[in-house]
Amino acid sequence: MNREFFEIRAKILELAASFDRLDRGDGAVEDRRIELIREGLTILDEDTPNRAERVQLLFSKVYSEGWRSEYGL
Amino acid sequence: MYYIDPHIHMVSRVTDDYETLSKMGCTAMSEPAFWAGFDRGSAESFRDYFRQLTEVEPKRAAQYGIQHFTWLCINAKEAENVELSREVIAMIPEFLECSNVLGIGEIGLNKNTKNEATIFLEHMELAIKFQQQILIHTPHLEDKFQGTKMILDMLTDDSRIDPSRVLVDHVEEHTVETVLENGFWAGMTLYPVSKCTPARAADIIEMYGPDRLLANSAGDWGPSKPTAVPDLIFEMRRRGHDESLIRQVVYENPIKFFSQSQNFNFVRPDVVTEKSATP
Ligand SMILES: [Zn+2]
Repeated sequence: MNREFFEIRAKILELAASFDRLDRGDGAVEDRRIELIREGLTILDEDTPNRAERVQLLFSKVYSEGWRSEYGL
Repeated sequence: MYYIDPHIHMVSRVTDDYETLSKMGCTAMSEPAFWAGFDRGSAESFRDYFRQLTEVEPKRAAQYGIQHFTWLCINAKEAENVELSREVIAMIPEFLECSNVLGIGEIGLNKNTKNEATIFLEHMELAIKFQQQILIHTPHLEDKFQGTKMILDMLTDDSRIDPSRVLVDHVEEHTVETVLENGFWAGMTLYPVSKCTPARAADIIEMYGPDRLLANSAGDWGPSKPTAVPDLIFEMRRRGHDESLIRQVVYENPIKFFSQSQNFNFVRPDVVTEKSATP
């Protein structure tokens, strides 16, 4: 905790400032990316050991097992 | 500590970088063929590029006491052009006898398209025909998970592929486990923007252990840091890890993997030093 506290504090502050910046900007808010960001934030707050992996998967395209036959390969 | 950078694009670096890397303990490097920052117009451009990788860079590296090895292919981005790719693949055997060529790479997917997958399979055939090792590029960001799974499908569906002779690069938290589980080697790319940081790479080593794990800097045309492997060494030391664990990831593992290529005629500077120290 001693090593991570200031790192985490700084990163939360960066995120807070980023959200403030988005609020001040114009443009569409009805964006799928906003939902992804919200979902990402909830992952951080959960008590699971693999948060990094789950955040990665959240921002990933879906894999479909049948891709080879779809491509005819 | 001596280390080997198993994935670094020195054609995009200035000579000063060779000097810095040498001073930081880099004793060998392997440079996969990749995208040049723009799409090349003809197969002849690739012939010149392969000459650069097999003739020019080894000499540039040797001036700083670094041994340079390389891998040949047409990269995933330009593989979208199937016709050009086939011309390049047909030319590669001319270069496989060059003394620093370790295998076929970095082949892979970029946007996970049908054309990219078609050329990936044709590169696999080339590697099998000439008994070459394979170095793989997995896509970035949102395409990484899907693309890595597709690549593993193509490799594991073919019984002629020996996973212990294949290195899958740019693994991250969501792809490392499946790569290792299937018997492949996995490379973590330490990159400031789109890939893995030294701290997250150290986390992955702690979670999965050091076996078949490598770390590289990519050091390419994009914003990248050629000295990223020493950054990982520093992070691991800061966390109190054993020197032997660190050395396994940054030095012994690359030697073990590359030694499966007949052209890996690496001279270990640490062994030479011990010998000359004996009276
Ligand atoms: Zn690369």
